[in-house]
Amino acid sequence: MIAAAPPGRSYVIYLSLLVGFLLTIMPMPEWAQSYRPQWVALILIYWCMALPERVGVGVGFTTGLLLDVLSGTLLGQHALGLSVIAFLALKLHLRVRVMPLRQQVFSIFILLLVERLLALWSTGAAGYPTPSLLYWVTPVVSMLLWPWTYLTLRNVRRRFHVN
Amino acid sequence: MVAGLLSISLMVLDHRYNTLESLRSALSVVLYPVQYLASLPASLGESASDAFTSRSELEAERDRLHDENLELRGRLQKFEALEAENMRLRGLLDSSFKVGDRVQIAELIAVEQDPFRQVVLINKGKSSGLFEGQPVLDANAVVGQVTHINPLSASVLLITDATHALPVQVQRNGLRTIALGTGLINQLELPHLPNNADIRVGDLLTTSGLGGRFPPGYPVAQVVEVRREPGRPFASVIAETSAHLDRLREVLLVWTLQPTPVEPDAPVDEHQTESPSPDTEEPSE
Repeated sequence: MIAAAPPGRSYVIYLSLLVGFLLTIMPMPEWAQSYRPQWVALILIYWCMALPERVGVGVGFTTGLLLDVLSGTLLGQHALGLSVIAFLALKLHLRVRVMPLRQQVFSIFILLLVERLLALWSTGAAGYPTPSLLYWVTPVVSMLLWPWTYLTLRNVRRRFHVN
Repeated sequence: MVAGLLSISLMVLDHRYNTLESLRSALSVVLYPVQYLASLPASLGESASDAFTSRSELEAERDRLHDENLELRGRLQKFEALEAENMRLRGLLDSSFKVGDRVQIAELIAVEQDPFRQVVLINKGKSSGLFEGQPVLDANAVVGQVTHINPLSASVLLITDATHALPVQVQRNGLRTIALGTGLINQLELPHLPNNADIRVGDLLTTSGLGGRFPPGYPVAQVVEVRREPGRPFASVIAETSAHLDRLREVLLVWTLQPTPVEPDAPVDEHQTESPSPDTEEPSE
């Protein structure tokens, strides 16, 4: 792993996360808003699984903090969720990486659900009312988008030789 | 995990104390390009549609605005007479009175915030002299109040957010109550009215100014449903906001001027209101 010491091209990782930010705050029609996938979480999971020695809890935390500022939530809410996700992804990456895509989807679903649940807890603890059941649709939508995200990012990674 | 503990303590700090405002606003400056980029397609579409409007459409719009301007001016004349009279009467009563709010227009930045909260972002920030808790209106009615101020932008909590409460009164009879946000766009509820309260469908609710944050007398919402169940102590009353919160593009920021001895020349834009005291504890934010 230290062979990859002159890593370079980290900018590809950061750019992909930036695209995730853009997709997260891009205006969408009213009806589609509650179905917006957890783009940043998906992209973060991909990088954690693909390059566990370079992307980890620290990146997750920083990304989450920036996402908190962008989306106007409590500072630390996304940071908590994304650090936990990054941690779990690091723990699981050897097992999940070898699964066929169809099977990966379910592991990813669990991770995304954890993020959602943590966010719900922290908003609940801060005294905000419980959102409607539509809240739980997001992980399902994101889960269905996982194969696409995975293939796209893998192509990007190979194209730019990020390793 | 360290990161977990750190984020939890961050959340506690952010929720309980205001110490993190500077961190938030610093980060928001860094992230402003991202927001700008995200809102670019929407604003480009808007300017394209502006550029391609036909001449006849523009003329029609000009005529309409001209007529509207005439009509409003006519109304304003009466208004000024009334205002002068009001001042004189207040002078007789020796009560403190101040006319005039300063108003500034801000545009919404077309980016999404948390979908389960009713918060919007506007393109004016600390550099325009905004302050926390500042009332925000649109052309029709009250929209919300400023909650976070960043150097270049600010977030506005809408009155329909589930954590927002607004002191209102029924315009018809002065009945005072509190309007809570429901989390649904354009809908407020009035949970504290007894079953025998004099309120009907169609009543207009205006700000009462009691919380001290909003100037009194601005329209807020119209009652659309009153349900009285004999077994329950309170009526359930639903009101629809007069401002179209889902279709906002521009909002007005209001500075209520402090009560001072009469100024001969008032600032540019004027509305008639009394000024409330600035200190407050009204929204449960």
